[in-house]
Amino acid sequence: MRISYREAMRQALREALANDARVFLMGEDVGRYGGSYAVSKGLLEEFGPERIRDTPLSELGFVGAGVGAALGGMRPIVEVMTVNFSLLALDQVVNSASLLRHMSGGQCSVPMVLRMATGAGRQLAAQHSHSLENWYAHIPGIRVLAPATVADARGMLAPALADPDPVVIFEHAQLYNLEDDLLDDWRCDIARAAVRRPGTRASVFAYGGCLPKALQAAEELAASGIDVEVVDLRVLRPLDIDTIAESVRRTHRAVVVDEGWRSGSLAAEVIARIAETCFYDLDAPPARVCSEEVPIPYAKHLEDAALPQPAKIVAAVKELLNV
Amino acid sequence: MTRARKPAAGALATPPCTSRPADAKPFPLTQPPPKRARKAGRAPGAAEPAERPLELRLLADMLRIRRMEEKCAELYGAGKIRGFLHLYIGEEACATGAMHALAAGDNVVATYREHGHALLRGVAMDAIMAEMFGKAAGCSRGRGGSMHLFDVSRRFYGGNAIVGGGLPLAVGLALADRLQGVCRVTACVFGEGAMAEGAFHESINLAALWQLPVLFCCENNLYAMGTALARSESQTDLCAKAASYRVASFRADGMDVRAVFDTVSRAAQQVREGGGPAFVELQTYRFRAHSMFDPDLYRDKAEIEQWKQRGPIHSFSAQLKAEGSLTEELFLALDAEAEAEVAAAIAFAEQAPWEPVADLLKDVHTPAAADERGAR
Repeated sequence: MRISYREAMRQALREALANDARVFLMGEDVGRYGGSYAVSKGLLEEFGPERIRDTPLSELGFVGAGVGAALGGMRPIVEVMTVNFSLLALDQVVNSASLLRHMSGGQCSVPMVLRMATGAGRQLAAQHSHSLENWYAHIPGIRVLAPATVADARGMLAPALADPDPVVIFEHAQLYNLEDDLLDDWRCDIARAAVRRPGTRASVFAYGGCLPKALQAAEELAASGIDVEVVDLRVLRPLDIDTIAESVRRTHRAVVVDEGWRSGSLAAEVIARIAETCFYDLDAPPARVCSEEVPIPYAKHLEDAALPQPAKIVAAVKELLNV
Repeated sequence: MTRARKPAAGALATPPCTSRPADAKPFPLTQPPPKRARKAGRAPGAAEPAERPLELRLLADMLRIRRMEEKCAELYGAGKIRGFLHLYIGEEACATGAMHALAAGDNVVATYREHGHALLRGVAMDAIMAEMFGKAAGCSRGRGGSMHLFDVSRRFYGGNAIVGGGLPLAVGLALADRLQGVCRVTACVFGEGAMAEGAFHESINLAALWQLPVLFCCENNLYAMGTALARSESQTDLCAKAASYRVASFRADGMDVRAVFDTVSRAAQQVREGGGPAFVELQTYRFRAHSMFDPDLYRDKAEIEQWKQRGPIHSFSAQLKAEGSLTEELFLALDAEAEAEVAAAIAFAEQAPWEPVADLLKDVHTPAAADERGAR
């Protein structure tokens, strides 16, 4: 059945709400408005205002309330409109959710799922377009996921809710309209990265909104006879270094694509892990395609220029291969 | 002072409690001290702690907090306790009156000045002292220290050292109770400094909007570390701030343990009966510096001395003596009992083993994660 990423996410939410009375969804405009990206459209009518809970514009308050509700035996799904707004709630993620278990000597768990839109590409300018997944991936105690396919949009929520610790799910806003056939086997192992396209000459690692760009680049490279592997990192913390290293050992070349800024990026972490794990398998220095170090601008041509694009990925691979 | 509140239009009211929560046993107002301590200090013929009249329990608990913290200061000087240590000396009537006013099944979320609250929620003094020593027998396995005492089995959700950080958690705990149909009060203790944080305003708004059973308990000791209330708040009437969210607001003399007990009891009762959140301001004063690093340069010595005249322990014991319900002999016996409990707790902490360094990474994640997270 062909469905959109948005619909896949909605199916996952509906299933979670129907299967477990402890699950509820909370966030700005998730109810009457139907979700700022229409992900939760229709759920208010189905599950009522106690479980599809509209909040005021109080990111710190309602994310913290999600942490408290998780401590109190619920399985909250908290939606924040965008990663930029999540900074208002970062205190409760860093100073509560992620560390309460350790700081209390293992007395409590925080089984909360925090969902948010991320990324650029819709001319929303600098306060609605950033990719700060690496900020979250820096924090011990949480798991960070980036579904980049319709199947993962459908399959990641259930294991995220089953995880007794906080899980952050980043949904790239450019992916909501992505359509694909949802096969029967959409279940997802949220510990593992996924090889999306096998190949031999180089490994291209990407996640979230950059995965379609990496796949498009692979198509273009294939047309000129260069066969590359595309690996969807999809679990940003903890990184699945086994899958990453296996791929590098097959292809001996690595390009990491990341919509975050280059300095201190997730791409930097992936390359450091590759260097630590399989340096002698590399035939060339690893390369990165990241966002330019500039706030994301409004004008379309400038926004495009600031972001990783298929052409930049193609160029990076060709440079590694000296072709 | 009480201000009436009307629920917001369309608010979903919490149903009033017609029965006590399933786990609400008669509250053992204090943990009986270890046997050796009780034997050491008890006056001949004195009742078991739990059987004493309320007044004596309040007095005994203030003494337990005071004696414990005086020793903490000494142990800090001796290098046994490290990190930040925030003493509650002078404010004991607040925790004592407030914690006694709650039911055993209620939730408590506290601040980094929470030794007394933890103790009176039933966390053993042994475990508190061991925690401050950094030992594995501590109530947070030595991971938290003075600022992060936890005992989730007693629904004590920590010592939170982010000012205002516990308030959203309290709202969430109360929301969880409401969604699960549990009747319980979540008491959230914080200082007046937290009322300048956005977290206070977001939390009290959420609690009022959703009519959640949260008791906001503000211990106003007049100084946010070194910044006086009037230097940090444009509106220094804290009840007016809370009342602006249409939350019932109460004020009590935080140096008077009876007044605290009565006021918090009334506020908690209103919350328990489904009246939505309530706010209590307890006006108090800390006699010691903010922490052991604070040279206390921002207050007049005369001001401190003036507040000390109203010290909660001596003023309450003088009252009880005047009423004929306390003798000097009984006071000394209660005090000796507290001292003995502290001595035993220190001995326990001293001999308790350190957690092996091999366990450093334990409890970053919940172990079951490995089993549950797989493909499903």
